[in-house]
Amino acid sequence: MEFDFADQQPKLLMLMYGLVAFVVVVGGLLLLLDVVPAWFARRREAQLVAASVSGAPITRRPKQREGLFALFFLLPTLLLLTIGLVVPAIRTTLLSLMDSDSTNWVGLRNYGWMFSDGSIVRVLINTLIWVLLVPLVATSFGLIYAVLVDKARFEAVAKSLIFLPMAISFVGASIIWKFVYAYRGEGDQIGLLNQIVVSLGGEPKQWLLESPLNTLLLIVIMIWIQAGFAMVVLSAAIKAIPGDIVEAARLDGVSPWQMFWRITMPSIRPALIVVVVTLTIATLKVFDIVRTATNGNYDTSVIASEMYNQAFRYGQNGQGSALAVFLFILVIPVVIYQIRNLRQQREG
Amino acid sequence: MTTATPTVAVGTQKTDGTPSSTAGRVRKRLNSRTATLVSIVIAVVWTIPTFGLLVSSLRPEDEIKTTGWWTAFTNPQFTLENYQQVLFGRSSSSGQLAGSFINSLAITIPSVLFPLAFACLAAYALAWINFRGRDWLYIAIFALQIVPLQMALVPLLKFFSTGVTLGGVTLMPAWDLVDEQKFAQVWFAHTCFALPFAVFLLHNFISQLPGDLMEAARVDGASHPKIFRTIVLPLITPALAAFGIFQFLWVWNDLLVALIFAGGGDETAPLTVQLAEMAGTRGNEWQRLTAGAFVSIVVPLIVFLSLQRFFVRGLLAGSVKG
Repeated sequence: MEFDFADQQPKLLMLMYGLVAFVVVVGGLLLLLDVVPAWFARRREAQLVAASVSGAPITRRPKQREGLFALFFLLPTLLLLTIGLVVPAIRTTLLSLMDSDSTNWVGLRNYGWMFSDGSIVRVLINTLIWVLLVPLVATSFGLIYAVLVDKARFEAVAKSLIFLPMAISFVGASIIWKFVYAYRGEGDQIGLLNQIVVSLGGEPKQWLLESPLNTLLLIVIMIWIQAGFAMVVLSAAIKAIPGDIVEAARLDGVSPWQMFWRITMPSIRPALIVVVVTLTIATLKVFDIVRTATNGNYDTSVIASEMYNQAFRYGQNGQGSALAVFLFILVIPVVIYQIRNLRQQREG
Repeated sequence: MTTATPTVAVGTQKTDGTPSSTAGRVRKRLNSRTATLVSIVIAVVWTIPTFGLLVSSLRPEDEIKTTGWWTAFTNPQFTLENYQQVLFGRSSSSGQLAGSFINSLAITIPSVLFPLAFACLAAYALAWINFRGRDWLYIAIFALQIVPLQMALVPLLKFFSTGVTLGGVTLMPAWDLVDEQKFAQVWFAHTCFALPFAVFLLHNFISQLPGDLMEAARVDGASHPKIFRTIVLPLITPALAAFGIFQFLWVWNDLLVALIFAGGGDETAPLTVQLAEMAGTRGNEWQRLTAGAFVSIVVPLIVFLSLQRFFVRGLLAGSVKG
């Protein structure tokens, strides 16, 4: 089949419809907000004029209906959040207590399955490894690099290069790294990692097939993407440390080591917590990397990818929902921790 | 600071200190030189995988499959054949990514615009219109950020495919969308999932606008819609740009939502879905994977590099101000 631009027309037409819908909805809303109050104002004016002509007592100006305005401003957001997030989340919680085609109530059986089925326990352990390693390594790396690059020349370029993977999709990043891990049985290696191993005198390996090494190699992809985020946020925090504090410490003759632990670390603590929390949540939900690199095979599956498989490939709505709810439960303590920290900061 | 003298007042210099001895100065320069060297080496190592992909995507198929990309420098053979194949190829196995590219665009543009507009309106109301329960509403929307979108996928898909019936009464018929109409589902899903963060980020900016300004406008008799259009919108353009870039990168790079709501057909599948598919079924066709991956990377990369300033600002505002 030759590529034919005519085939693409329905899509572009659909995009047009979408844009028209956007203009109509948003423009219509703004117009409504403009016209309706203006109409009321005119009527009120007419009333006043009529009243002053006839000499009737002027009625008290009604209290402005701020609430009505707010309702219209908030209407699309509230509607969409209710339909798209709140109701589905409640439904998912209910579905997790039902069987695979959501007809019978089964109590907590799906949760029991989660902790007894060997392969799912493996999934939970993998998720734990991800959640422990990614925030720790990515944040440490980002911090070290932020400190290092603070004194370096070409700072902007170096930071951009580290930050660049943030723009690459997880799918693209997974393909990039799959290529690094690529394996050939005979002849020259085409994967960089195997080439390095071979040139050091080792045997090439099928990296992504060997558990538990493959999980670690997938974690490398995530760290590669997220370290830039940690670095940018922490670098900004380091630059925000007041100069006179640094100067005073330097005059007191502290060593760089002391400077780092006594001045830098306490000053950037809030940013550090935010980075760790953000990365933890992102890691808990990681799906694309596992799906693209191994499709969850060879003992690499994590909760989010298993949830997709259960709910959308095997048609196990109950079990999939239970995994989603479990994911939600795991996120909650992390967020509570962050909120408590924020509150302490505000008070302190 | 080569001309620095030891008598420089403390605090006027932000960094670099004032090394009093020659040895100190030399050590300082050496230190910063090592730091420069190490940070550049790390940055280069960080970029090698991407660079390898780019080089490979330009090499002929036989070369990619038999020799490492690093040999391309001693034995340079470059071609655009892979891109030709992967974008416009005749066989269905080639990916035909040009179509997917358009799908990605068709999915992304409305999915950025809708949440941007809705969140803007909502954030203004939450920041500057007085009504009862305002703080609670804001906290509720803020809290929704933590709900993983996995929690919404199964019911939302069901909502699209069967509609809503309550007690035998059809409140909302099934959407029954086919082919490219499925884009609407994806827009809807992305908009819903983006709103809590969008409201939070824009509220951060809008609530920090000077209250005097709003007060003055109110005294002059401007209504809320008018203030919103003529005062607030122009002032928060950087925030709009920041969120726009965020959402653009997020939607363009998203796999999960597209996989579920757009499906894998050629009519609707965006680049990420097609690529993930290729990586799964034709994992050794590196000439296509490398070129395809680069096609999917190039747009976000351009957006990102040209608008990095806004992106970083948004990142810091969204994560640190909290």
